[in-house]
Amino acid sequence: MIFKHALFYPAGDQSLVMQFGDIIDPLINARIRSMVSAIEKTPALQIIDILPTYCALQIFYSPLVTDVDHLIEQLKEIEKSLLMQSYDDAQIIEIPVLYGGMYGPDLEFVAKHSGLTPKEVISIHSERDYLIYMLGFTPGFGYLGGMDERISTPRLETPRTKIPAGSVGIAGSQTGIYPVDSPGGWQLIGRTPLKMFDPLKKVPVLFKAGDYIRFISITEEEFVRIQEEFASDRYVIQFLKKKERRHG
Amino acid sequence: MDNAILILHGGLLSTVQDGGRFGYMQYGIPPAGAMDKFSMNIANLLVGNDANAAVIETCYLGPHLLFQCDETISITGAQANVTINDQPVSMWHSLQVQKGDVLKMEPVSAGLYNYIAFSRGLDVPLVMGSKSTYLPSKLGGLHGRKLQADDVISLGEIKKEVPQRMLRKERIPVFSKERTLRVLLGPQDNHFTGIGIDTFFNSVYTITSASDRMGYRLDGPPLEHKKGADIISDGTSHGSIQVPGNGLPIILLSDRGTTGGYTKIATVIAKDICALAQMPPGSRVRFQAISAQDANARYRSFFGQLEDQLITIGEPEFSAKNEKVFHVQVDGRSFHVTLRQQSKK
Repeated sequence: MIFKHALFYPAGDQSLVMQFGDIIDPLINARIRSMVSAIEKTPALQIIDILPTYCALQIFYSPLVTDVDHLIEQLKEIEKSLLMQSYDDAQIIEIPVLYGGMYGPDLEFVAKHSGLTPKEVISIHSERDYLIYMLGFTPGFGYLGGMDERISTPRLETPRTKIPAGSVGIAGSQTGIYPVDSPGGWQLIGRTPLKMFDPLKKVPVLFKAGDYIRFISITEEEFVRIQEEFASDRYVIQFLKKKERRHG
Repeated sequence: MDNAILILHGGLLSTVQDGGRFGYMQYGIPPAGAMDKFSMNIANLLVGNDANAAVIETCYLGPHLLFQCDETISITGAQANVTINDQPVSMWHSLQVQKGDVLKMEPVSAGLYNYIAFSRGLDVPLVMGSKSTYLPSKLGGLHGRKLQADDVISLGEIKKEVPQRMLRKERIPVFSKERTLRVLLGPQDNHFTGIGIDTFFNSVYTITSASDRMGYRLDGPPLEHKKGADIISDGTSHGSIQVPGNGLPIILLSDRGTTGGYTKIATVIAKDICALAQMPPGSRVRFQAISAQDANARYRSFFGQLEDQLITIGEPEFSAKNEKVFHVQVDGRSFHVTLRQQSKK
């Protein structure tokens, strides 16, 4: 359910959880997104960090500058006057993907498993916008919602020891992008030439919770060109507003 | 290189750590940072640094370092024999070292983690606002990895002379292998049966060898869930006690992932995390609940007055090498008396 008012739980002596519900729901995500931007505009809270997740917002503070009761009081005030951000304001990030071949070695398997052609899998995968519910697991990994069930495919029986950064995969009815080289068991259907995580950038990850991702199918020539442009800071990432959305 | 230290021997797991990487959790970046914040804070204050400045954290067996410049350092944390040029030196103490001096650390005799602070500061890149090493993603610190022989770490510019100080003897932590950890219940204590909660508070748990900077795994009576251990993934805290399906608690520490999909029955308070971090595998813990308000007050009285725990033992123009501190009692009052020889230079 979606709670009428957020519930507060301590998560230790330096952290507080604001729980907005107990299901995965875009409405809860929108409330959390609105709360995050309201908190970011309220420096008086003096908090150290915030962490939006599927149904909660975790707040980290120092007991040397504030305390749990005062913080709950302030957060309740913010929640009371919370202006819900409209969906139309959500940001869509276009992620170019080269599907299949050596970049997406499991595309054939996903197609076979789904009773579709590889081309149909690509078109289904790239026709929706995916809501980023939260980031976690590894730096820059986004938990995306809303993949078409027709292409859902179980994980590999034996995980790969190294999956290259930028790989786009499917695991059950989830899809996602590996931000850094890591081991993993997802079915790999393609790869993006964009670097999803760069610790030396001021904003180290291209997207945040509450944004949408749109995959754009590209050719090998485009892959090479975008990779070169991105490396030399000449590539312009396409950010759109949600009202320009296609399906989703 | 002039202002630098050369690593002669890396030790077991020596990394650069500071107060942690904050402000990037929403991007999935774990905070990392020192395992025992109290010892790290004191090490820094003893050399005149900000309490959360970058230090070298060592685990069980510390490194051998060659100083290529004069410097003021301090070593805190686990009990270990530390020498400079093969002469034993005190821990929890500001120490003057000179160019060419060699610092060596022996394996710890109690506790686990040591902290070496440098008055000039460790000159490694600031990555997302922190110098802490996060090994799983090869982030921060020196090239994102542990220190090894032949590494050189630059130090900053020379600072003003640092007063020679030491931590009050009664404040030096006692490294016990049995301890009661204070916790705040929740956020998912309601996912456990009454029996599960009773088991948690009335049992002794042993820290297993499958423990590292990410978390300490415990062995003991399994905790009973009402309806399984899985939750919709949410955030983790420093000290979160996560209980997966097998019912055995894992206490999440500095290198924890920012999010997780298992129930968290309680969270250890910050002060007791410092003590817990120093408990090696085989140590035994119990849990005791306190309120959030009480925990906040304890935090303030523990971390809010660290400077007051230090006492001056000498003036900056004297060398610490040629001095001895005596503790004497006169009419029931305790005094620290320092005898020192003026430096020859």
